[in-house]
Amino acid sequence: MKRSKLLGIYAQPQGWLKITLALLPFILVILAYLVASDIRLTENPSDKLLPSFHSMLDAFERVAFTPDRRTGDYLLWQDTLSSLTRLGLGLALATLCALFLGLNMGVFPGLASSTVPFMTMLAMIPPLAVLPILFISFGVGESGKVALIFLGTFPLMARDVYMAVRRIPAEQITKALTLGASELAVTYKVVLPQIMPRLLSSLRLSLGAAWLFLIAAEAVAATDGLGYRIFLVRRYLSMDLIIPYVIWITLLGFLLDYCIRAIIKYRYSWYKSE
Amino acid sequence: MEVSKLHIEDVYKSYDGKVILDNIDLTVRKGEFCSVVGPSGCGKSTLLRLILGQEVADQGLIQIDGQEVGVPDTQRGIVFQKYSLFPNRTVLENVLMGKLFTKGKWWNPFYRSQDDIDEAMEYLRRVRLENAADKYPHELSGGMQQRAAIAQALIMKPPVLLMDEPFGALDPDTRDELQVFLLELWERENLTIFFVTHDLTEACFLGSRLLVLSQYYTDNRGEHAPGRGGRIVADYPLPKVANSMAVKDDPEFQQLISEIRESGFDPRVRQHVSQFNLKHSDSFQTLLPEEHV
Repeated sequence: MKRSKLLGIYAQPQGWLKITLALLPFILVILAYLVASDIRLTENPSDKLLPSFHSMLDAFERVAFTPDRRTGDYLLWQDTLSSLTRLGLGLALATLCALFLGLNMGVFPGLASSTVPFMTMLAMIPPLAVLPILFISFGVGESGKVALIFLGTFPLMARDVYMAVRRIPAEQITKALTLGASELAVTYKVVLPQIMPRLLSSLRLSLGAAWLFLIAAEAVAATDGLGYRIFLVRRYLSMDLIIPYVIWITLLGFLLDYCIRAIIKYRYSWYKSE
Repeated sequence: MEVSKLHIEDVYKSYDGKVILDNIDLTVRKGEFCSVVGPSGCGKSTLLRLILGQEVADQGLIQIDGQEVGVPDTQRGIVFQKYSLFPNRTVLENVLMGKLFTKGKWWNPFYRSQDDIDEAMEYLRRVRLENAADKYPHELSGGMQQRAAIAQALIMKPPVLLMDEPFGALDPDTRDELQVFLLELWERENLTIFFVTHDLTEACFLGSRLLVLSQYYTDNRGEHAPGRGGRIVADYPLPKVANSMAVKDDPEFQQLISEIRESGFDPRVRQHVSQFNLKHSDSFQTLLPEEHV
């Protein structure tokens, strides 16, 4: 009996069928948008809710390739640079701290006893709820936003690293000790290299949360940045600029995610293969 | 008498009030291939963990080369059933780990010297893995992984090599092949091996000395004494045999196995402590008065 390529739990969509299936939702959404936008624009040519592709391209061209009249900057690139700097700083700090804390918590039970309950509570705090505290204590400059991203991603990453260390079989630690390793060598030469890919995938999963906190912080108090721009032009109902910005942010997020995945795949070929 | 490699005297271990090891006495001399068998729950893995230093005995003395054992260190090598290799390192790097730990500076995670690499390659040749030096452990078969783990332990020249059911996860053919391989290695390198297994045939085939650990025995402590823990109920010297699988079908060999199975593994057959079959010349027993008087 021949099995269906599309239906049922044994289906194995392959080749062009698979690609078409993947593209289908994208095409449907774009088509639906085009139709809806067209209907609204024929009714009222100055409608702002669903701008045409043409006006969105115009707006994108204006921010990306025309210097701003007031400052002389290219707004999109300026915003992207500021946002990525905040995101990078916050995530880099969170990753480093999570690595060293999680690693030592996992290896040394004494440290784990005194930090695990605290970290669990810390992870429970909704970061956005402490945003006012962060702005009051760190100021509305860069450090407040970086601190929010840090606070939003660090506890979960540290916990993830801790769990990854705990999953390393005790046999391996014993084995290293019988080969003459000191406790420090066990920590930094046996355990650390093994959890690096896990740290990277943890970072990958934290990217989404980091973007959320970045945009929230920029919406509340900033003078540039991708989130700042969206919330600024919201006042003029500039959907023609908001939509390209959202697509740009999505694209950036996708690219970052893709890069980390590629690093894991090529740098740590042994990972996930057991 | 020369100093024994491994010396254990009056060792007790219990978990949550349940006695696992009950007055273990044992001494193993250099070059012995000491295999340990016993029914499940007899404490053979616990005994190995005590020697390894992963756990601490409640009472008693454990010495290697006359020194009391502490936390795991280079006094003994270990090969586990699995997880002996570091998955993020190639076979060669795995074998070099001991050199990295003992000769490399603490701040240099990339320490290597050509002498060490040559030595590691020599060990890989001995375990017939010279062609797999640059492979990662997950690219190897189970038997190759265990051979790599043996090379990894041997390069440190441990006074005693502990093996915890090292062939337990292998398919029968690979297991036979590795048994012969290990015997050859043992003879050539004059190793002292402490080999724990639940497979009686394997224990009899490999060992030059066979220890049976069992909780099925009686003594004069009375019926109502707290549960008895595992104890060495038999200690045989085994004849050195040709390294061939054929011996497994030999009637004498079969006879020995069924004898041990009855005395050590059958809960209905309980020997008295004073009647244990401790034929090996290094064997000794420290009985308490209440146990046999």
